Amino acid sequence: MVKGGVHRVTIACGVAMLLLLSQTACRQDMHDQPRYEPLEQNNFFSDARASRPVVPGTVARGKLRIDEHLYEGRQDGELVTTFPFPVTKEVMARGRERYDIFCSPCHDKTGSGGGMIVQRGFRPPPSFHLQRLKASPAGHFYDVITNGLGGMYDYKERIKPEDRWAIVAYIRALQLSQSLTVDELPADIRREFFAKVK
Amino acid sequence: MSQLFHPSTNVISKVTIFGAVLFIGGAAWVLLALERSSYVTQAKVVREQPVPFSHRHHVSDLGIDCRYCHTFVEESNFAGIPPTKTCMTCHSQIHTTAAMLEPVRESWRSGESLEWLRVHDLPDFVYFDHSIHVKKGVGCETCHGPVGEMALTWREYSLNMEWCIECHRAPEKFVRPREFVFQAGWHAPAGQAAIGDSLVAAYDINSSTNCSICHR
Ligand code: HEC
Ligand code: HEC
Ligand code: HEC
Ligand code: HEC
Ligand code: HEC
Ligand code: HEC
Repeated sequence: MVKGGVHRVTIACGVAMLLLLSQTACRQDMHDQPRYEPLEQNNFFSDARASRPVVPGTVARGKLRIDEHLYEGRQDGELVTTFPFPVTKEVMARGRERYDIFCSPCHDKTGSGGGMIVQRGFRPPPSFHLQRLKASPAGHFYDVITNGLGGMYDYKERIKPEDRWAIVAYIRALQLSQSLTVDELPADIRREFFAKVK
Repeated sequence: MSQLFHPSTNVISKVTIFGAVLFIGGAAWVLLALERSSYVTQAKVVREQPVPFSHRHHVSDLGIDCRYCHTFVEESNFAGIPPTKTCMTCHSQIHTTAAMLEPVRESWRSGESLEWLRVHDLPDFVYFDHSIHVKKGVGCETCHGPVGEMALTWREYSLNMEWCIECHRAPEKFVRPREFVFQAGWHAPAGQAAIGDSLVAAYDINSSTNCSICHR
């Protein structure tokens, strides 16, 4: 019965083809499971946000912010003049990185206030090298990052408190950088400086 | 007994058998090619967004760092899409009357979110985490293509499993020094071969192809 055999092969092939084709369909259940990804839409809520905004006053476990110095830059209502933790080389490097990301678009890399966004029409911020700002307490800078000032929006949600302090430390370094004489540099850095200049 | 079949049926049966094998093979090949095509994966297809946001403008022309907008990319699995407030940090004073920014201002006034469409979206059965890739020196561009050149965002690669595995098998072909992860247009100055192996050793990078790291 060779003839019947051929037919069976043909039918088997057809079935195999259909099975193969069926593999391409019905894949969505596991692709889109009944859970929400960050920022996904959820029409259950009137604002359609699956990631719910936190209720004002919420304190996450282990995130109670009672350290006024660290979190508000104040002590007994007065702006602080000191840092809440020691300023090490790592803190300074972190501050520089964060400053370049978040502040340099407007305040520019040296802090004189002529950044790219200002060149495109944003109101120029004051230079950090003004005598007034050199004399301002560290807490003032922390406060401006946290709560904004005039035309500058706040960075509360975008920069962590520790990073805000690191940025303040770096701004202090920038302020120094514009008025320091070579003789005031520490000996090893002075040697490095001269090696680069030559 | 006389022959039941004419000798020519031999040819017919051979043709049918080989034809079937070829046909199935061909169909499988078509399916596999289709699976990888940009028609299915949506790679290189530009998505219409509520605001024609341009990475080229903001990243290449203005020099804004990725992390100014994608704030969580270093610490979290989710890179983050900037909230309206981030746009308003600048657009409260720049292009304040431009019609194409009206949805942004409307969202700021009403407090309702802008509805950005996802350009990249892995299936829910795959686990992905940005932070480890950033820490181990995989550049944004290595996975997202030349974002800084995109006037409208598209997805550069398929995001197929094959694509992930290609790098997980041989990370030394792709990693770069950490300080250049965010930099656009970076190329190893002396070629990838010169730095790949030493970076893999320095950052303690494993070749992780175990199924359970992505399907957990
Ligand atoms: C979008 C542009 C922009 C960015 C980005 C920006 N600023 Fe400002 N900043 C301004 C403007 C404009 C002012 C002036 C505000 C005013 O007086 O109305 C200002 C003022 C300030 C002041 C107050 C100076 C004073 O007069 O007492 C400080 C401090 C400051 N900025 C720090 C920062 C730091 C730190 C960052 C980064 C985390 C930052 N700014 C990012 C635009 C910006
Ligand atoms: C000024 C803010 C801003 C900056 C800076 C920025 N982005 Fe974006 N990015 C956005 C917005 C808004 C979207 C959503 C709209 C879109 O997809 O174009 C987005 C979308 C993306 C997406 C697609 C997300 C998705 O839907 O899957 C990728 C990938 C991305 N950005 C990577 C980068 C990289 C890499 C950089 C740095 C080179 C960068 N972005 C810098 C604002 C920004
Ligand atoms: C750090 C400042 C800054 C941020 C943050 C920012 N922009 Fe812009 N954007 C600009 C500047 C400056 C221009 C105008 C550049 C010019 O005039 O050449 C611009 C231009 C634009 C334009 C017009 C583009 C064009 O082709 O003319 C759009 C649309 C836009 N931005 C959308 C957005 C959206 C959406 C966001 C939020 C995800 C955003 N921007 C965040 C600074 C910013
Ligand atoms: C190893 C590859 C890889 C690298 C490196 C990478 N991304 Fe992604 N990115 C992805 C994948 C995959 C997705 C889709 C994630 C999903 O669907 O869950 C994604 C999604 C995104 C999104 C959309 C939001 C989200 O998290 O789903 C943004 C924005 C983004 N990436 C920005 C960046 C930036 C900025 C960098 C550089 C610091 C970067 N990515 C580096 C692979 C990568
Ligand atoms: C260009 C290179 C590259 C690409 C593409 C890539 N990865 Fe990775 N991935 C890495 C490196 C490097 C590591 C770090 C491995 C290590 O040292 O453990 C890593 C680690 C991971 C980890 C964590 C492993 C662990 O041990 O916890 C996950 C999960 C992961 N990748 C998922 C993905 C997924 C999903 C994709 C595709 C959507 C992808 N990766 C694409 C380079 C890549
Ligand atoms: C580096 C991350 C990674 C590893 C390791 C990995 N996968 Fe995957 N896998 C993926 C991604 C991403 C997809 C989704 C591809 C797509 O969107 O089509 C996927 C899809 C799949 C699918 C297809 C599901 C479908 O509906 O198309 C199967 C089956 C699968 N993986 C099995 C495995 C097995 C078995 C292993 C171990 C040998 C493994 N994977 C290891 C990332 C990974």
